[in-house]
Parts: sequence; structure tokens; C-alpha cells
Amino acid sequence: MSYFEKVLIANRGEIARRIIRTCKSLGIRTVAVYSEADANAPFVNEADEAVCVGPSQAKKSYLDIEKIIQAAKETNTDAIHPGYGFLSENPGFVERCEQENITFIGPSAKIMKIMGSKLSAREQMQKANVPVVPGSEGRIKSLEDAVETAESLGYPLMLKASAGGGGIGMKLVHSREELESAFDSTVQQAESYFNDGAVFLEKLITKPRHIEVQVVADHASNVVHLFERECSVQRRNQKIVEESPSPFLDEDMRTRLLEAAVRGVKEIGYTNAGTMEFIFDEDGNFYFLEMNTRLQVEHPVTEEITGLDLVEWQLKIASGEQLPLAQADIQKQGHAIECRLYAEDPESFFPSPGKLTTLQLPEEKVRLDFGVEEGSNVSPFYDPMIGKIIVHGPNRREAIANMKQVLSQIEVEGLTTNLALLERIMENEDFVHGDYTTQFIKSLGLEG
Amino acid sequence: MSEENKVLSPLPGIFYRKPSPDKEDYVKEGDPVKKGDTIGLVEVMKNFYEVKAEKDGVLEKFFIENESEIAAGQEIATIS
Repeated sequence: MSYFEKVLIANRGEIARRIIRTCKSLGIRTVAVYSEADANAPFVNEADEAVCVGPSQAKKSYLDIEKIIQAAKETNTDAIHPGYGFLSENPGFVERCEQENITFIGPSAKIMKIMGSKLSAREQMQKANVPVVPGSEGRIKSLEDAVETAESLGYPLMLKASAGGGGIGMKLVHSREELESAFDSTVQQAESYFNDGAVFLEKLITKPRHIEVQVVADHASNVVHLFERECSVQRRNQKIVEESPSPFLDEDMRTRLLEAAVRGVKEIGYTNAGTMEFIFDEDGNFYFLEMNTRLQVEHPVTEEITGLDLVEWQLKIASGEQLPLAQADIQKQGHAIECRLYAEDPESFFPSPGKLTTLQLPEEKVRLDFGVEEGSNVSPFYDPMIGKIIVHGPNRREAIANMKQVLSQIEVEGLTTNLALLERIMENEDFVHGDYTTQFIKSLGLEG
Repeated sequence: MSEENKVLSPLPGIFYRKPSPDKEDYVKEGDPVKKGDTIGLVEVMKNFYEVKAEKDGVLEKFFIENESEIAAGQEIATIS
């Protein structure tokens, strides 16, 4: 096998450790890059080499393309794994890697650009006969255009920035008056945040469920799915709990969803691992939302039900190998759940950085992907997620029981975490029955 | 200058004097402020916390630059 000799991980925390683990098992040397705030972090120690790329602010370290490229050149790195977040979906970074002859472990810059624009992604999916949320045909050019389109679609509608993400550049409008007052500011916001003022309209899906499909494609146009992940438990558009399989899907719906995802990926000629995000309405109709052109935070639930190592697949494909398995050879077994442990208040979601004076974790029946250890400092500069707790069971009921047991054995002191909320979710009747939408956290009386 | 004129950061993070990079500062040194006016933002774990004036007066001086790291309890500005 002609894998890379040395891989640089352009990320931090739990995902850096996760990638290092697979590289080590394959005999690949690893380079960590880190900011001053992370000098003592576990991932820095665990890599074979480590390069400090700047001060604590991500903008001056983890998001600084030239510093990362410089570190890769200094260490004679063959390939860069971007993890998730930071530069992972930045086509400018991919282009720089291409220029320096460093393999970027992910899709090409060209594909990333197409899928980074919600409008062009919608267009591509329509071509592949993948359903998209009913909405405007392409870009809305003016307020008059918006009002006219809205009349034909019917309110309520979402006014969305094509380049938007993370809830920014998105406005819910119930009437012509609301659309008129929101239009200019949404265009302006899109221009100032994303340097792209293109907006479009989509029908609002009420009581939606967020279900995504893990796909992997190689350079020989082979595409497989690794089943779905149910991600409807969210606060402020960020996921808290994910599971696979989705308790909402029957076999017929699942088959149609997975086939649509694969069809869409084939249409665009995608390579490496990616995630097709869909929204389901109450009646079980599904619509393509967007594609994440990288490894997802919640990839472990897929690994737990398939027994596969997604990072290993990413490395193989990036080094030019074909997919290790055909679709028929990929089976799922049992049920997996992931809980994200955040350093934040379980009710207000207010962040709580600080020193983890105690962190005691059980060892049985659980996979723990943590970026920190007891005594670590949880820095205010980055994401509040301190670790992922993943369990597997022969069925959903037993997976929930395992998760409850594991959560009850966790001890964290020194900062506030959402552990109590995770326990509350596992006890909740609607969750236990698999009867929940993205409104779930709101239904608990929380801000969501 | 009395103690209550000091505006302290409630959290560690990154301090910003403007709502977004291409916008004007919330308030300039020498400007009048009212109790409850936002004078800056602290970014902590990807969340933004608005720092507000706790009294009416004039913002005398900022002790921290835009986009720099700040510790919990660190002095941001004085209002007289």
C-alpha cells in the first residue's frame, strides 16, 4: 500500500487525536499544528512532530493558511487532513495545497466551491433528480422579484444567503411586510459576512427532522453510502445528540433517501468522504439541504454501526486507492448514539471555559473521543465541545440504556457542562420513542 | 476616579470594539454613553457577549485594543 509517509493535521482537540490514532495504526507519521493556547494539549503530545503556528486566536493560527502551508513544507508533509471546521471547507486552502503539491485529504477545490454555494448545490441536485426544498428558481434579483416569487410560493418562507451557514444570513418571513423589511438587510449581511450578496427563497418546512447521509467516493467514480444519521436534537442550529439508524425512517424511506444521496454525489463527481444533509417534513417527504464536504463531528456513530474506520477510508482514497468495499459488502449492525459534552450551561447554553479539575470517564461499553484530560484547560478561544460520548447497542432501546449508564458514571468538575441536559434527553419520553424534530430542545422549555 | 466607573470583562475571550469588521466602533473615547449601551463584544467559545455601560457618562478611555485577548475581570474601559 502506498499511503502517505507523513500527514499534517490542520486542526486541534478531539478530532486531531482521532486522526492521529488512525494514522498511527497505519504506520503514517503525524504532524500537529497548534496555537499558543494549545501548547500543552494532548493532541500536541501524541503527534510525532508539532509546530506552533501562532497566537491563541484562531484567525492568527488555525485559520492562517500560509502558516499551515509553511508548517507542512518545513516538516516535509505529504498530505494535510483538515478535520472539520477551521479550513476544512475553504477552497482557497485546497488550492494552496494543490499549488504546493501537498495532497489535501478531501474533495477538490472546484467541487468544494460548487457545494459551498447553496444556489449552485441546489441546481446540481435538481439536475440529478434529488428533491430540493420548494423555492425560487435561482437567485432573487430584487425586492420586486422576491415579492412576486413569494406570492407564487406562499408564506411562510425562508430568505437565505447562498453563501450562508451556521444560521447566519437566514431570515424567516411570514408576510409581504416582513419580506420587504428583511430583504435589504439580509442581502447586506450576506455581502459583509460572505462577500456574496446572492439570496434565494425556500418554503418553510414545519416540524422538520434533520437526517443526513454519509457518502464516500473514490477517484474512479465509485460511490457508496454508509447509511444515515439522525441529527434533529439541536440547540441554536448546533447538534447535541446524533444517532444511527434514524428512528423515523422505515425501510422504504431509507432506501429512497440513500439512493437520492448517492445519485447526487455521482452527479457532481465528488471524491472522498462527505455528508448530504436532508430535511424531512411531517409527511416523510425529504429535501436536500446542503453538503458538508468534509468529515463530520458525528462520524463515529456511522463507524460504530458499520465497523469501518472513516479516516482510514479518507486516507486510502486521497492516496489514489479505490473504495475498500462495494455497497453490498457494507452492512449495518445495531444502533449507535453520540452525545456531545459541551462546556456550557445545560439550560442557558452560556459558555463556561476554565480548568477541568476533575474528569472521570467510564471505560466499559463506550467510545470516548475527547480533546482534553483531567487538569486540561478548556480555552475560551475555540468551540465549547470538550468531548464525544459514543455507545452502541444491539437495538435502540439498549443503546439508550447504555448511554444512560455511561452518562451517570461521568464526573466533571471545574467548569459547567451540559451533562445534566444529556441525561435529561435520554430520559425524555419523546426521545425514547424516537418522536422528535429539530424543535425538540424548545419543547423542553429551553431556548434551542 | 471611583471604582464603579470601571468596565470589567465578565469572561475570558477576545474583545471587539465593533459589531462586525466593516462596521463603526460602538463608541469612541470621549463619546457620551447611557446606562445599558453596548460598548463592545467579548467572543467566548464562538458566542458573543455584549459588554454594556453600567452608568450614564462619558467613555473616557479604552484599556484594550480591538480584537485582542482578554481575561475575566480585566479592565476594558472607564466611564466618568
